[in-house]
Amino acid sequence: MSAWFDKLNETFIASGYYRLMLDGFKNTIIITLGALAISIVLGSLIAVVRYLGEDVPAMKPVVKILTFYVNVIRGIPVVVLLLIFYFVIMKSSEGLVVGIITFGINSSAYMSELIRGGINAVDKGQMEAGRSLGMSRLQCTRRIIFPQAVRYILPAVGNELIALLKETSVAGYVAVVDLTRAGNLVRNNTYDAVNPLLLVAVTYLVMVFGLDALLRKMERRLAKNDKR
Amino acid sequence: MISVKDLHKNFEDLEVLKGVSVEIEKGDVMCVIGPSGSGKSTFLRCLNLLEKPSSGRIIFEGDDLTGKDIDLDLHRQKMGMVFQQFNLFPHMTVMGNLTCAPMLLKKTPKEAAEKKAMELLERVGLADKANEYPNTLSGGQKQRVAIVRALCMEPDVMLFDEPTSALDPEMVGEVLDVMKELAADGMTMVVVTHEMGFAREVSNRVVFLDEGVIVEQGTPEEVFGNPKSERLKGFLAKVL
Repeated sequence: MSAWFDKLNETFIASGYYRLMLDGFKNTIIITLGALAISIVLGSLIAVVRYLGEDVPAMKPVVKILTFYVNVIRGIPVVVLLLIFYFVIMKSSEGLVVGIITFGINSSAYMSELIRGGINAVDKGQMEAGRSLGMSRLQCTRRIIFPQAVRYILPAVGNELIALLKETSVAGYVAVVDLTRAGNLVRNNTYDAVNPLLLVAVTYLVMVFGLDALLRKMERRLAKNDKR
Repeated sequence: MISVKDLHKNFEDLEVLKGVSVEIEKGDVMCVIGPSGSGKSTFLRCLNLLEKPSSGRIIFEGDDLTGKDIDLDLHRQKMGMVFQQFNLFPHMTVMGNLTCAPMLLKKTPKEAAEKKAMELLERVGLADKANEYPNTLSGGQKQRVAIVRALCMEPDVMLFDEPTSALDPEMVGEVLDVMKELAADGMTMVVVTHEMGFAREVSNRVVFLDEGVIVEQGTPEEVFGNPKSERLKGFLAKVL
């Protein structure tokens, strides 16, 4: 046991590599949260426009384009997307920024489908009741449909967030030192493969457990708040 | 008040309404009866354009609702609707259900909207439920709240789409009582219903719809007491 502690000390503390690991951890969090923000905003926008645009002839081309966008993004591996953004589209940008935008865009395609599914799960009669009172489609969506859809959407968004967090582990492809890359660098420099990779794995695991617990709590809160 | 002119409605290849024309006057209580699949509900839903007519015109208070530049939302404020499945908003309290549209659309101050809602709730005997959520209510209570929700917008006409068909038998009476009171107050009403007793007792006009056309119409006495067509006779023999 004490031999293992000596090894840990040698790999991370004495070498000063714990700072690299912390930086990696920080970058993973930044990319995940930044991408999540983009994903939620863009995903909601796509979902609502597709939902509201379905019955409006003038919106048909926009809906078609958005559907195409979602399918294209979902059809390309995120690593390939990352490389395309880093080496082609955003050549002069920092890896961290490219990472946030790429993961955000990638996730927004999935997010929009989740949100659309939640919106569609709300009973059609709700929209009709709102419309019959004289509310516009947008007013109904905002005040009647969306608040109810959140309940269906939240668990799926939690899963997406967990997937997103783990997906960011490929950020190292574009010269970002995220948690995974940091662990790999330490492994390379210390010739200790076991401990850096173990630490990386355990860190992801703890974060996922934490997120899971948080989301469960939010779901319970939500269920308590509207007594249906 | 509402004049329906040669209303047609197709769903894909299925023609549900095949040219329905009818005049609804202020103060009318018009019941629409007919076998299931006859197009009754579709007819009613065309009146406030929840279903878009394939052709024909709906003139409401002088404005053609099927016209191109019409502000439908504004006209719908004056046409209350009550649904078979209630369609209350489950994430709002009863009071929230009643005040959200007046506050949002008519800019009624909160206090005034709640005062009006409370008065109407008292009339239907549900004042004590104001702060409950819809799903704690029985079917009959839900439907009474749904009627009040429509009334809170102070509509000129109320449309009822089989308002008692989803209710347990013992709750039908309480909802019909509210509707009778409403009719007695002079509200213009169009009611799609299977309640022949109500149609006979409360309405001043009955329309018998079958296979997308009006087969017969008249006063309840004429329609129930002296049916002329074989189809109406056959229908009445089954339901009475």
